[in-house]
Amino acid sequence: MSQTMDQIIKPLTLTIQGGVDKDGNPDGVSEIEIARGEIIGIVGPTGSGKSTLIADIEQFALGDTPSGRRILINGLEPAAELRSDPRKKLVAQLSQNMHFLADMSVEEFLRMHAKSRGKDPKLAEKVIALANTLTGEPVNPAFQLTILSGGQSRALMVADIAVISDSPIVLIDEIENAGIKKQEALRLLSGEGKIVVVVTHDPMLALMAPRRIVMKNGGMTNVISTNEEEQRIFKDIERVDGWLTALRETIRQGEVVA
Amino acid sequence: MKMVVVAGTPGSGKTSVLMHAVKDLVRAGHSPALVKIDCMWTEDDARFKRLQVPVAVGLSRDMCPDHYAIYNFDEMLEWAAAQGANILLNETAGLCLRCAPYPDKALAVCVIDVTTGPNSPLKVGPLLTTADAVVMTKGDLVSQAEREVFRERILEANPGCRIIEANGLSGKGSAELAELMASWPDISGEMVLRHNPPLAICTLCTGELRVSKEHHRGVLRHLDGFMEYTGE
Repeated sequence: MSQTMDQIIKPLTLTIQGGVDKDGNPDGVSEIEIARGEIIGIVGPTGSGKSTLIADIEQFALGDTPSGRRILINGLEPAAELRSDPRKKLVAQLSQNMHFLADMSVEEFLRMHAKSRGKDPKLAEKVIALANTLTGEPVNPAFQLTILSGGQSRALMVADIAVISDSPIVLIDEIENAGIKKQEALRLLSGEGKIVVVVTHDPMLALMAPRRIVMKNGGMTNVISTNEEEQRIFKDIERVDGWLTALRETIRQGEVVA
Repeated sequence: MKMVVVAGTPGSGKTSVLMHAVKDLVRAGHSPALVKIDCMWTEDDARFKRLQVPVAVGLSRDMCPDHYAIYNFDEMLEWAAAQGANILLNETAGLCLRCAPYPDKALAVCVIDVTTGPNSPLKVGPLLTTADAVVMTKGDLVSQAEREVFRERILEANPGCRIIEANGLSGKGSAELAELMASWPDISGEMVLRHNPPLAICTLCTGELRVSKEHHRGVLRHLDGFMEYTGE
């Protein structure tokens, strides 16, 4: 029953088996299978259970969370050590938290995190360099984590996931509110062959995912696949977004919008 | 009878985590009984009573709450047995961090709040270093990286412990904790503490109110670390 990391990562599939919504009614989606390399969205109004679904995946729920859902890896229940030991963790998670609470320097924290994942502490430098491509306000290794701005913190969290956590499954909760370059961040996080699950209200990010799970009242009610019309609209949104980004930069630089 | 001692700093989520674990234990067919120890006041018993399991409260008042718990373990066990329970859960007050009220044969659980920062596992002392299981709470308020760094710090302080990530609001982790409680061996024979309580007593313990050094006797420690006995 116990699988090695290599056996797990090569063919990786993630299966979500339905549980119940907030009123105890069965999920409308009884099972969904997500394959290696797929980006899948989770959409729904505030309080609809998006973060709960992400939490179920993060902890590899085995019918032991309030939703009663089960998460399978390659069709099997993951071994207990895969659920808890960060060195063997299959899941990297970018949550909605915008700030660090740890009273440590950026460098000390990143070195310690690399150690907890069984990685080379020197990766800290790489994380900081990468973070600085995502945020306009440079992060210095000697800064205390607690003084970082929301944008700096998020940039650092994204870079940390891309370099140190580097797990085959990546969970992202509302990256659009981060004050960083969102597509750039998503591109970094989705790396080669990973499964990416992204909770979003942002039309562009939602349409970047070929499929999206719809949440309502705590339950998974539907899975929508994007169609040609949505893909056409996606191109329009991409253009508008590029235009808005350029305008924002012009205004930031103190120039007049032409 | 199995015995579980749950310790941890005030506000770390001991009561919330325990409430979920009690529900899981009852669901699995066990009969837990709960004793909550506090110093001056508590309303946790009202919360626990809603679970419809036997609940008792001990207020230590003038005595150190950990010493009070240790002194009264026999009585708690007798009470739990009289209630028909097979697991005694003892929630401590959790204050000065100098004592660890863990008998060797009980399951020792330390609850610690992740938002206190990654240096806190080093500050907590024997409460954490001599625990069998360390329960990390409020992990949803920090990033995954911060949870993992916190976890690493716990393992530095207590390399052999089992770490459970729990959430007192959602109930995450409580099933794992309840399973650990149910699988712990029954207590038997004489029990001893895992860690020695503080050295002797000083004049403050017996009621001296004056502040200056000249008024105090006992085994006393100076700011520079020098320790001496002053007295008869």
